[in-house]
Amino acid sequence: MRGGPTPWMAAPALVLFGVFALVPLAGVVVLSFMSWDGLGAPGWAGADNWVNAAADPVTRNAVWLTVKLTVFGFLFQAPVSLLLGVYTASRTRHREVLAVLYFLPLLFSSAAVALTFKGLLDPNFGFGSALDLPLLARDWLGDPDLALGVVVFVVGWSFIPFHALLYQGGVRQIPASLYEAARIDGAGPLAQFLHITLPQLKYTIVTSSTLMLVGSLTYFDLVFVLTAGGPGGATRILPLDMYLTGFRSYDMGQASAVGVVLVAVGLALALGLNRLSGAHRMESRQEGA
Amino acid sequence: MAARTRPNVPGALGGWLWLAVTVLPVYYIVVTSLRTQADYYEANPLVPPSDPTLAAYGRVLDAGFLGYFANSVVVTAGAVAGTLAVSLMAAYVVVRGRTRFARRVFQTVLLGIAIPIQATIVPVYYLIVQLGLYDTLAALVLPSIAFAIPLTVLILVNFLRDVPEDLFASMRVDGAGEWRILWSLALPLTRPALITVGVYDALQVWNGFLFPLVLTQSESTRVLPMTLWAFEGAFGVDVPGLLAAVVLSVLPVAAVYAVARRQLVAGLTAGFGR
Repeated sequence: MRGGPTPWMAAPALVLFGVFALVPLAGVVVLSFMSWDGLGAPGWAGADNWVNAAADPVTRNAVWLTVKLTVFGFLFQAPVSLLLGVYTASRTRHREVLAVLYFLPLLFSSAAVALTFKGLLDPNFGFGSALDLPLLARDWLGDPDLALGVVVFVVGWSFIPFHALLYQGGVRQIPASLYEAARIDGAGPLAQFLHITLPQLKYTIVTSSTLMLVGSLTYFDLVFVLTAGGPGGATRILPLDMYLTGFRSYDMGQASAVGVVLVAVGLALALGLNRLSGAHRMESRQEGA
Repeated sequence: MAARTRPNVPGALGGWLWLAVTVLPVYYIVVTSLRTQADYYEANPLVPPSDPTLAAYGRVLDAGFLGYFANSVVVTAGAVAGTLAVSLMAAYVVVRGRTRFARRVFQTVLLGIAIPIQATIVPVYYLIVQLGLYDTLAALVLPSIAFAIPLTVLILVNFLRDVPEDLFASMRVDGAGEWRILWSLALPLTRPALITVGVYDALQVWNGFLFPLVLTQSESTRVLPMTLWAFEGAFGVDVPGLLAAVVLSVLPVAAVYAVARRQLVAGLTAGFGR
């Protein structure tokens, strides 16, 4: 019997995905070789955009800032998420209440998070003045030496809950028998964490880390509202540089060249994830079947 | 399992410290939104106001907040309904189709999970302008659907695969067409997955900032994240008003969280877990 649905059922999804995701994906490559001010008709520009982008000190600085944000963001988020996930995985009452509250930042839009911290970090009316500590009452967002650190912290505040959830789920799948065996062998809590929890979380660590790394290419909206790239370009990370180049300086060609770099790095990181965790996915799917 | 273990002191300290870090900003916006403007400049920002007032909320509502709220509802509802409908049909083809075409469909769509939306915004803008959709709500709905399809299809495919073959076969023996099977078998069976991923999609669209920023400009098409950004310019020194708008924008999501916490948590980690 040759049953099965008509392939036409997949057509609406394919058309929408094709037109608004795949075509732009190809389009960003094409536009990176064109000059376009966003209003008139695009014209060919050859490799000019790429040459300009590579020579542009602002864009080069943006690459460096993105690398810094990625590295420091990872060093802040990964350990905190892992520990919070492990901590909230146990099903005691008060830890479950904590987990409910930990989740709150995930409800906020990036714009809301940015405005909240702008208020909170205000040197005159923010939390620094509340506690009356000069150390805290600094111009956090106005000082080029501090702003990137603030961005790292605020990004962590928004995204750590998500990664903690991933780790919580991962820890809860570790068979309890492993811990019982370790306890019988006399392993303390630290030894159990190092020799059972961490190795068992291998795939969660890979997934979460990749999402963090790819995510650092996409923190556009949060940084845009929080600092708009300032002060003096101190937080002008790559996606922000792309937006400002395209939609503020009306150089869509050079913006597209930056976009291509973002796509390439994002895809490379994601494919890396697939490599590392692909085998595991097959297994767990078979178990479930 | 952990009933007999000793209390974990460093864990508890860290846990409470992070709780403070998480809750302090939330506490701050709620408290500040209840102040008068004068109180904002005089009082300690972390001490609750002595005479709380909803005046800031009144100013936000007077500034047209409800209209922007309605725009967000329309865009989110349209995008989620569209995403779920087309994704369910596609997932059904992928799982039941068993042709090379069906596998290709799946592989193509999976590619989309890795595309950062931000990176393709210039061509998306070009496309929307060419289609004559610039500054309409449809300009927000259509790309939102496109970028939600990959993860939605992935989750629905994984879910549909677990439905026993016999159920489909017996319906076909009874003479039901494919549309009929989709409607009265696949749809009800995938309901939990549809809710989970629908909640996730809704949160993404509700909080999305980049599409509205680039694809709309007038007040008639303004959605909530843009409203907050615009208020920052318009309200200027009225921080209580601004933070009241922040509270109002989070309120519907918080309500969903209160009612359907499990689905929301499951939705956020679906597709990434395991």
